[in-house]
Amino acid sequence: MSPEPFAEADPSRPAIRLTDLRRRFGATGAVALDGVSLEVAPGEIFGIVGRSGAGKSTLIRCVNLLERPDSGEVEVLGRNMLALDESGLRAARRDIGMVFQHFNLLASRTVAGNVAFPLEVAGVPRAEREARVAELLPLVGLEAKRDAYPAQLSGGQKQRVGIARALASRPRLLLCDEATSALDPETTAEILSLVRSLRDRLDLTVLLITHEMAVVKAICDRVAVMEAGRVIEAGRVFDVFTRPRTATTRSFVAEVIGHSVPAGTIARLPEPRPQEVRRLLQVLFAGPSSTRAVVSEVSRRFGLDLNIVSGRIDAIGGEPFGVMTLAAYGPPDQIDGAIQWMRSIGIEVAEAVPEETAQMKLEAA
Amino acid sequence: MTWLTPAMQDLLIEASWQTVLMVGAAAGIAILLGLPLALLLLVTAPGGLAPNAAVNRPLGLVVNAIRSTPFIILMVAIVPFTRLVAGTSIGTTAAIVPLALAATAFIARLFENALREVDRGVIEAARAMGATRLQIVWKVLVPEALPGLVAAVTVTLVSLVGYSAMAGAVGGGGLGDLGIRFGYQRFMPEVMAIVVVILILFVQGLQSLGDWLVRRLSHR
Repeated sequence: MSPEPFAEADPSRPAIRLTDLRRRFGATGAVALDGVSLEVAPGEIFGIVGRSGAGKSTLIRCVNLLERPDSGEVEVLGRNMLALDESGLRAARRDIGMVFQHFNLLASRTVAGNVAFPLEVAGVPRAEREARVAELLPLVGLEAKRDAYPAQLSGGQKQRVGIARALASRPRLLLCDEATSALDPETTAEILSLVRSLRDRLDLTVLLITHEMAVVKAICDRVAVMEAGRVIEAGRVFDVFTRPRTATTRSFVAEVIGHSVPAGTIARLPEPRPQEVRRLLQVLFAGPSSTRAVVSEVSRRFGLDLNIVSGRIDAIGGEPFGVMTLAAYGPPDQIDGAIQWMRSIGIEVAEAVPEETAQMKLEAA
Repeated sequence: MTWLTPAMQDLLIEASWQTVLMVGAAAGIAILLGLPLALLLLVTAPGGLAPNAAVNRPLGLVVNAIRSTPFIILMVAIVPFTRLVAGTSIGTTAAIVPLALAATAFIARLFENALREVDRGVIEAARAMGATRLQIVWKVLVPEALPGLVAAVTVTLVSLVGYSAMAGAVGGGGLGDLGIRFGYQRFMPEVMAIVVVILILFVQGLQSLGDWLVRRLSHR
């Protein structure tokens, strides 16, 4: 391995820095990446979410250059990846573990043989390989399956082998390419908590791509949303979830924390009294306001009747937030005043027409 | 059983041995030459590990040309080459040359197909782990394709038993030759029948052995 001059776990330096990546495919020139820039800090779990065809798969492959961008810069763990020659690139790849959607294990090798593979490729002597395998299998809970072949394992067990293999050469960066997309929800949760605990114990940086916002919510610190080869939104997971800025992100978020109004509920709401109106408000509490007794305060201050149509309290990364649909009854100017007051204390309020709530429900389904 | 004289028994044993020799030697050569050829075809193909049309196209053309030439014509057409390699153009040894040539082209395509079946994702994983192309070939492609490669050898052996029957045309001997000369030309249907039975047993044995080996090697 060539002794590349790179900063050893310098927290001020990003683990990954991608600058203006562009990539087109084939003669038709279908655009996979259309100027993507992003930075991943050391030690964080960074998620990239997008529908299929958004370019996220191409993006993650550009990090270890399984795919070469047409233009742009790729800096990983302090190395300028695009400037490396073949052997330099192979050395750099040994610092980057990768886990795949379909596991990509060698069917002809046992669990131990698969985990040892990257070490064998790197020329590590047999005794050392065996010692490392003996260390890694307990880490992923597979000591008992040492001599089993992949065909004898469940999906979750196969992915554990994939993770152990990715960690064999002690990488500092782990790339997860839809690592849980082929697994059932229960196994997904297991694998995700394993990834998170490994990050904590081994001081890893994790970049993962997924089409499931639930994965992002479960383990990511920050997230970027991709669409048509671009990053359309990025930030802390809590912020992106509670304050999505684009329609695509909103529909992603709705999959996980969308609260739907049961059909017919609106129709069954009481009609407003004369001189009063009924308005549907969608209210988001996040941060300090999430623990405030807002509903009763609004009711008292503005003399409104508030009917809670639906609601949900949740937490992302330990931060609580709530979303609620309220039916507010009262004089129009009092309702306007209430909306302004809630906004002034940091609560987001959007007026919902029944069709919109129905739409939210559809997207959540 | 008056026809099964000691002399005839000797002829049958000799012919069987000649068939085993021709098939075995030709298959051995075909495996040794066919595997590198198949790997070269696969690796230089468009989208392969080292795409190279200047190597892939001519190589593919030669392989196809050999495969599409009827064996009986190939055998006669390459007589000068056979004489160069074997020192003679007549006899069992001489027959091995065209058999090996035909079998090499045949098995190369079968090997190529078996190697192509290896999951692209597994190759990508090996690349992501920093494997060299040579390591990918010998540590991923060949071991992962091994059951398919063995199945290809079995098919080739069975086909060679059939081809070897034509080797009589260059005095190669063997069971097929014996069957034609005695069974057909001397009107001894019993000899023809026993030759056919021995050939069937040959093929059955090879196929069973091949299938057993594939089962042993496959961990799918």
